Amino acid sequence: MSAVTQDTAVRTGRVTRTFIYLVLLLFALFYLLPFFVMLVNSVKPLAEITGGNMMALPRTWTFEPWHSAWSTAQIGVEPTGLKPYFINSIIMVVPAVAISTVLGALNGYVLTKWRFRGDTWVFGLMLFSCFIPFQIVLIPMARMLGLMGLAGSTPGLVLVHVVYGLGFTTLYFRNYYAAFPTELVRAAMIDGAGFFRIFWRIMLPVSGPIAVVSVIWQFTNIWNDFLFGASFGDQDSQPMTVALNNLVNSSTGVKEYNVHFAGAILAALPTLFVYIVAGRYFVRGLMAGSVKG
Amino acid sequence: MKMMKGFASAMALTVGLTAAAQAADVEVLHWWTSGGEAAALNVLKEDLKAKGIGWLDMPVAGGGGEAAMTALRARVTAGNPPTAVQMLGFDIQDWAKEGALGNLDATAATEGWDAVVPPALQAFSKYDGHWIAAPVNVHSTNWVWISKAALDAAGGKVPETWDELVTVLDAMKANGITPLAHGGQPWQDATIFDAVVLSLGADFYKSAMIDLDPAALGGDKMAEAFDRMTKLRSYVDDNFSGRDWNLASAMVINGEAGMQMMGDWAKGEFLKAGKVPGQDFVCIRFPGTQGMVTFNSDQFAMFNVASEDAKAAQATMAAAILSPTFQSAFNVVKGSVPARTDVPNDAFDDCGKKGMADLAEASASGNLFGSMAHGHAAPAAVKNALYDVVTAQFNGEYADGKAAAAALASAVEAAK
Amino acid sequence: MAAPAEVDFRTRLQDSLPRLVLAPSFAATLLFVYGFILFTVYLSFTGSKMLPNFTWVGLENYRKLWALDAWWIAISNIAVFATLYIVICTAIGLTLAIFLDQKIRGEGLLRPIYLYPMALSFIVTGTAWKWFLDPGIGLEHTMHLWGWESFSFTWIKDRNMAIYTIVLAAVWQTSGFVMAMFLAGLRGIDNEILKAAQIDGASNWQLYRRIVIPMLRPAFLSAFVILFHLAIKSYDLVIALTGGGPGRATELPATFMYSYTFTRNSMGIGASSAVIMLMTIAAIMVPYLYAELKEKP
Repeated sequence: MSAVTQDTAVRTGRVTRTFIYLVLLLFALFYLLPFFVMLVNSVKPLAEITGGNMMALPRTWTFEPWHSAWSTAQIGVEPTGLKPYFINSIIMVVPAVAISTVLGALNGYVLTKWRFRGDTWVFGLMLFSCFIPFQIVLIPMARMLGLMGLAGSTPGLVLVHVVYGLGFTTLYFRNYYAAFPTELVRAAMIDGAGFFRIFWRIMLPVSGPIAVVSVIWQFTNIWNDFLFGASFGDQDSQPMTVALNNLVNSSTGVKEYNVHFAGAILAALPTLFVYIVAGRYFVRGLMAGSVKG
Repeated sequence: MKMMKGFASAMALTVGLTAAAQAADVEVLHWWTSGGEAAALNVLKEDLKAKGIGWLDMPVAGGGGEAAMTALRARVTAGNPPTAVQMLGFDIQDWAKEGALGNLDATAATEGWDAVVPPALQAFSKYDGHWIAAPVNVHSTNWVWISKAALDAAGGKVPETWDELVTVLDAMKANGITPLAHGGQPWQDATIFDAVVLSLGADFYKSAMIDLDPAALGGDKMAEAFDRMTKLRSYVDDNFSGRDWNLASAMVINGEAGMQMMGDWAKGEFLKAGKVPGQDFVCIRFPGTQGMVTFNSDQFAMFNVASEDAKAAQATMAAAILSPTFQSAFNVVKGSVPARTDVPNDAFDDCGKKGMADLAEASASGNLFGSMAHGHAAPAAVKNALYDVVTAQFNGEYADGKAAAAALASAVEAAK
Repeated sequence: MAAPAEVDFRTRLQDSLPRLVLAPSFAATLLFVYGFILFTVYLSFTGSKMLPNFTWVGLENYRKLWALDAWWIAISNIAVFATLYIVICTAIGLTLAIFLDQKIRGEGLLRPIYLYPMALSFIVTGTAWKWFLDPGIGLEHTMHLWGWESFSFTWIKDRNMAIYTIVLAAVWQTSGFVMAMFLAGLRGIDNEILKAAQIDGASNWQLYRRIVIPMLRPAFLSAFVILFHLAIKSYDLVIALTGGGPGRATELPATFMYSYTFTRNSMGIGASSAVIMLMTIAAIMVPYLYAELKEKP
């Protein structure tokens, strides 16, 4: 878990370096292009979009689409904009990410430091669950939520996201903790420290990097989920993606592309924020944990 | 296995009785989520509010209701179905078959629905002789929207037969514009196909699309229909595939294209762009289908609700949906025509008045048919099987019309 | 040494505590993943239409499934898509990571630019991509406006090429993430090894080919797992870009399964396609998981 080092043994000549910069910049353009299209068209009046060049800068700048997408656009029968759904999403995502990360940490801790017969089987089964296509769980999950009285509620959505995120969070923490010296845990045990005490005092303080990876992964997946949100949410719990889809996908209405793009960027802001703020720790976390297989 | 048995019995239970939203509230699942149509639905909400009934909104857009239908399945399976659900055609009948829908007979009797709702619509709003759904509107799908300027440049005569249509399209091509604006999505391809089949005769449409007669589906007339599709394809520009229908409308509005074959909802795009019916654009029935109408109708299917209060709220909502005032207010905005034939046409524009007159005429003469493309001629499995063939053919997959007709007959047979 | 009873109890509690902690997660996995898989397998043998029903029809659904052209298209598409997607993402990810590891000025700015597409769902970017690829309004149109009249880019409208636009958009979304994984792997390599090799006269190319890339094996494996799982689950992407078209040219197993289960009211056939998908995933993942988990003590 050494700090990220820029030091490398490879030396490169001037021509090679120019080439490298060129390639890196070209790819940066490639990645930015769709975002540029969205941004530039979100500040144009509609007439300019339907008649013009999608790459061109606006002739008339307008921020009306942003205002409309956030607070006055028609989402369903009420002109609420995306605002209330944004709050629904936050209320759902925060606990779901927190719970799945904590459980993943505990699972990883047990699977590496408190091993028992058959633990690899348990882990293997949990890991394979990452690969289940979500469409097949829709109907039985609806039935289970109904039986538990959680249908159409935020706690129900949290449960669903925790269950299907556990495989990944467990994987991340297990691989990370596997590299942590077991001797330290043994020593603490001999000193009489218990299960939770060791977790709290020894494991947690070093878990920062991998927790960042887990949080980013879960946050992105849960925030962007549409299928579960549309199926298991209702009036008070429909998340942002469902609202955005309602805004963008209405079948026979007039399509206000500028509002759509503004809404799309608004919907993406939290995940973008997380990536940009936590991004620098992300590589560090991956380095410390998951890529060591 | 135990879980599955539990699942089965629980399913039977929840389909039967349901704890819906709070008493005297209605929870409504629909996909009218944006712009004018959502605002139009708000009229209904306000109306119910005045009667003391709360509205819990549950909008899910996407794929012409596909996403909403998936959500509905989850809701019903969870034992938590909404009070009323926007639905199209055979979906209503399928849900009725599952025993999930309520009974609106009492409201229908008080309001006299049997007399004013066209029988072709009643076929979807009733199951086993009982009212289960309240129709909101009738969209007719066999319209052609022609740019007046492009038409004038092409001779100015509104085409009334297939040959005249071809003449106009050829003239438009010669004038250097795209004659036919079209979006290559299966439902749009099928919308044109509906009209082409209907233009070959009302009886032919009925036996092929509604009765699914293999002889009609695979016969020479169908081969001719596919040949006409190939002909129409030659008037479409090369960038058509995947294009949204409203972008195709924009091509006509901007003068890039001559005409579009699309349902009456396209009118909204023209009006929004400040175009005037009769002056900037003309709306005609697909040549050869004058006096005939293929329709689709949005309806609110009413689910079983448990308490008496909820039942009362549901009945009030159903009555409000079919009230002449709401029918007029909503359909003026939506571009469709009312689902009952006795609504005054004062508030409608030229195309709307024409639509209402056509509907009444077609209904009286027995030429009102459910649209295959919009799920009102055959169940979903058949409709999608037809989509597959029509879209593949439009994209040039089959050697000739005969081969496509044969493929259509076998695809429909397999899906039945 | 005889331990007092109380200590014995505490030890036993201490012994079973780890398993108790793991139990809820494991139980949830068994029920919500494996229980539901069994349920799906069962459904695939029933005549379920709109909702599950329990009339046994044997292998009927599988027979129907394999007779459908659309299913064969979906299978061949996923083979093309998954292969290209995994190979290209890995190649781009590795290249960018190696380049970015050369003490690049502005790395702090470039890295988030490469990573951000992973943060956006295709509900968000789908429209932008669709526009960009559309010859009438997108890249081709723009090039024409800028004076390059002969420029042609019509893949999304071409039945034979449309699947590659899906690959393009998918690569755009995840290659930056793969880059991060490789970059992490590179940063974890001990520089002394590289320096020693250089003293032995190895060129940069040899250095990477002989020493660095082999040392990245764990990163390759992690990237493969992530990419494979994303490839199989690809759904939003197709819906947003092509809706499965032109015609059915870009149908993938995930879109096929969804449409048969939910929009075509043929839940039995949908379930049988899901079972085939799961079996394919298992055939590829189980040997990998087995090898990975066995190796470690």
